[in-house]
Amino acid sequence: MSNYNFSAKFKHANIFSITLFLTSLILITFKGLNYGIDFKGGTLIELRSSNTEVTSIRNILKNLDLGDVNVKKFGRDGDFLIKVEEKGDNDNLIPKIKNSLSNNLNSEVNFRRVENVGPKVSAELLQSGVIAISLSLAAMLFYIWVRFEWQFSIGSIIALFHDVIITLGIFSLLSLEINLSIIAAVLTIVGYSMNDTVVIYDRIRENLGKFHKLNISDIANLSINETLARTIITSITTLLALFSIFILGGEILRGFSFAMILGVIIGTYSSIFVASPILKYFKVSYKTIEKEDERIVP
Amino acid sequence: MLNFSKINVLIIYLLFILITVFSFLNFQNENNQFIKKKINLGLDLQGGSYLLLEINSDNLVEEKIQSKVIPIKKLLKDNGINYKNFKIDKRKLILTIDDFEKFGLIFNSRKNNQVNPFIDNYRSHELEFKKIEKNQIEISFSKYGLLTINNSALKQSIEIVRRRIDDIGTKEPTILQRGEKRILVELPGLKDPERIKALLGKTAQLNFRLVTDNKEFGSDELISENGEKLNISKRIIMSGENLIDAQPSIQNQNNEPTVSFTLDRLGAQKFGRATTDNVGKRLAIVLDGEIVSAPNINEPITSGNGMISGNFTFQEATDLALLLRSGALPTPLLVVEERTVGPDLGEDSIKSGVTSLIVGFILVILFMIYKYKIFGLIANTALIANLLMLIGVLTILEATLTLPGIAGIILTVGMAVDANVLIFERIKEELKTEKSIIHAFDAGYLRAKITVLDANVTTLIAAVILFAFGSGPIKGFAITLGIGIITTLFTAYFLARHLTSLVVLNNKNKEIKI
Repeated sequence: MSNYNFSAKFKHANIFSITLFLTSLILITFKGLNYGIDFKGGTLIELRSSNTEVTSIRNILKNLDLGDVNVKKFGRDGDFLIKVEEKGDNDNLIPKIKNSLSNNLNSEVNFRRVENVGPKVSAELLQSGVIAISLSLAAMLFYIWVRFEWQFSIGSIIALFHDVIITLGIFSLLSLEINLSIIAAVLTIVGYSMNDTVVIYDRIRENLGKFHKLNISDIANLSINETLARTIITSITTLLALFSIFILGGEILRGFSFAMILGVIIGTYSSIFVASPILKYFKVSYKTIEKEDERIVP
Repeated sequence: MLNFSKINVLIIYLLFILITVFSFLNFQNENNQFIKKKINLGLDLQGGSYLLLEINSDNLVEEKIQSKVIPIKKLLKDNGINYKNFKIDKRKLILTIDDFEKFGLIFNSRKNNQVNPFIDNYRSHELEFKKIEKNQIEISFSKYGLLTINNSALKQSIEIVRRRIDDIGTKEPTILQRGEKRILVELPGLKDPERIKALLGKTAQLNFRLVTDNKEFGSDELISENGEKLNISKRIIMSGENLIDAQPSIQNQNNEPTVSFTLDRLGAQKFGRATTDNVGKRLAIVLDGEIVSAPNINEPITSGNGMISGNFTFQEATDLALLLRSGALPTPLLVVEERTVGPDLGEDSIKSGVTSLIVGFILVILFMIYKYKIFGLIANTALIANLLMLIGVLTILEATLTLPGIAGIILTVGMAVDANVLIFERIKEELKTEKSIIHAFDAGYLRAKITVLDANVTTLIAAVILFAFGSGPIKGFAITLGIGIITTLFTAYFLARHLTSLVVLNNKNKEIKI
């Protein structure tokens, strides 16, 4: 078993966490999130055309007067991604763009992906994404409340907020696109981080019952150390899988796997340095769990 | 925890084999299938088009309320209620009446009420009225009346969308209702949905109306296909409802593509009478409010067969014939969401998905062997079993595999070993204090049980919520993640535990390191 003194670093870690959390909140509020067409509405076209430059595509599209158009390289050479913001009255927008590119680019154009999301649908997708994340947080809160005590429940939820907000903060900082798959990643992060927290909480509860004389900081420290090997090994295997997707899984899964990689790292950190120290502030002791036992077993 | 009765072992392995067998069904020869079950590929993997269509029943409601004007006037007259200032205000009728009480009684009568029928399903009338001023009332459709109109329009639209798509002949289309106003259309293998979008975007309401200067029924000024301004009578001689068939054809004289149509008996009668009475006049063929052509009636057409020409290309004639055959949509359809993936991108996605799965899998396996040696092998056996069972369950459910779904499988690979890691680490701890190896293993499994369960339930909750709220590809991710958790629990707690027990019980007297 490892024997690091985690509890000595709790204070510094807390300051670090709070700083990151607040910075992320500020970024999300003021810089905002870079919503993809799933949530903002608009049109996306992925195309493959060898011997073509971004500028030539841009110039052709400029003549169409489409408003806000974004053209960039996408993955390998010759692959491009075009994004056009929703203007409302572009009924024949897609065929217009396709024809114009097919006719004006010098080499053959292969339209690999075309997506168009109307303003009503994108608003609904955003709404259901927010509901899904809120609901999953609520469900976790409830589950931990049933399985543990309320102090643990609050502690784990704070850790989850920490993970979700900081992950989104980093996405905001790097202007990475938020789309449906990022919502999926965030929800998986919620599940993963919770999983990690529960393992440590389980041990804390067990040790609270075993060692009445130790205070909560020492119990937390002991429990974190006891479970540390598992925490690290599971993070490693999960990260191995995720890096494999990130590097080999193609351009479409890149954002998703990047969010998950961030989430796993932040989630592992938060189980140790956020979820556990919080119990101290709630003055959790062996009495907390004893009371609970009395209530359950009449 | 290490003792297994023979019957338990039998059940565990039978279940494993049974589910695993299903995973191999995916590799069957297409023509010679033992059981017809396999994992379907999502549109993002096999390529194809996804369209979400929305009906807008506002126009329909306007039409319907107009059709209530005459019955209501008649109802008032029959019951001796005087009215004035009757006007139509979009989707409402406004009028002033003298006997408010009496009107309410008759209007909301449940017995044989033809004007304002009582809808049994909803326990509500079709129409409702409210007093807006002293004697002025406003009649509009009730909430449930609107719902009835909407639902029947949606049902009818789905039927017609299906007919049009079947007629084009795409393979295995999916057409489903989504919510109260939407229709989901999935067209696997379709590379360019523009033609289908164009065909679904037309309501295809066809009318035959006379070109006239007579204002008796009112008239519309429309522009003909040659750019003439024509006054078209509002009276509809015959509509597309009476068509039983329409086919594209080539007119022999000048090789012009046309659409020839066949009418039902009623249509043939109507058409025959109108063309007999109006020889020499022009008949406008109006499609969705625009003139297709306005030919002269040279002679009466009583056969019930006719032809529409209008400077078509052959493609246009084919499409028009298709639209007329399939019938008119009750309301216009709007494409509110569209996603098309080309077949080569789908193939690339499968390739990169499978590559990353294999690489991720090998990395995890190597790491586990490095970390836990012989028990790493057990964990890896459980992992392979897990993967086979996961694919087996997906096959049994005939689930749809999407690109995020593949990511879910890879993630399951990474996270599945967690259960065994938790158990092995616990056993390691127990080995420090417990002298008997068997006891240590036993206690390790027992104590880790709750933690493993707790830890997995949390991820399962996330997967279930994602499944409920996610759409399309994301649902595929939720499915693989969720099923992956269940197969993980099974393989870790039954399969791996049994293998562990074999190793431990066969090496009772040797030292076991984990």
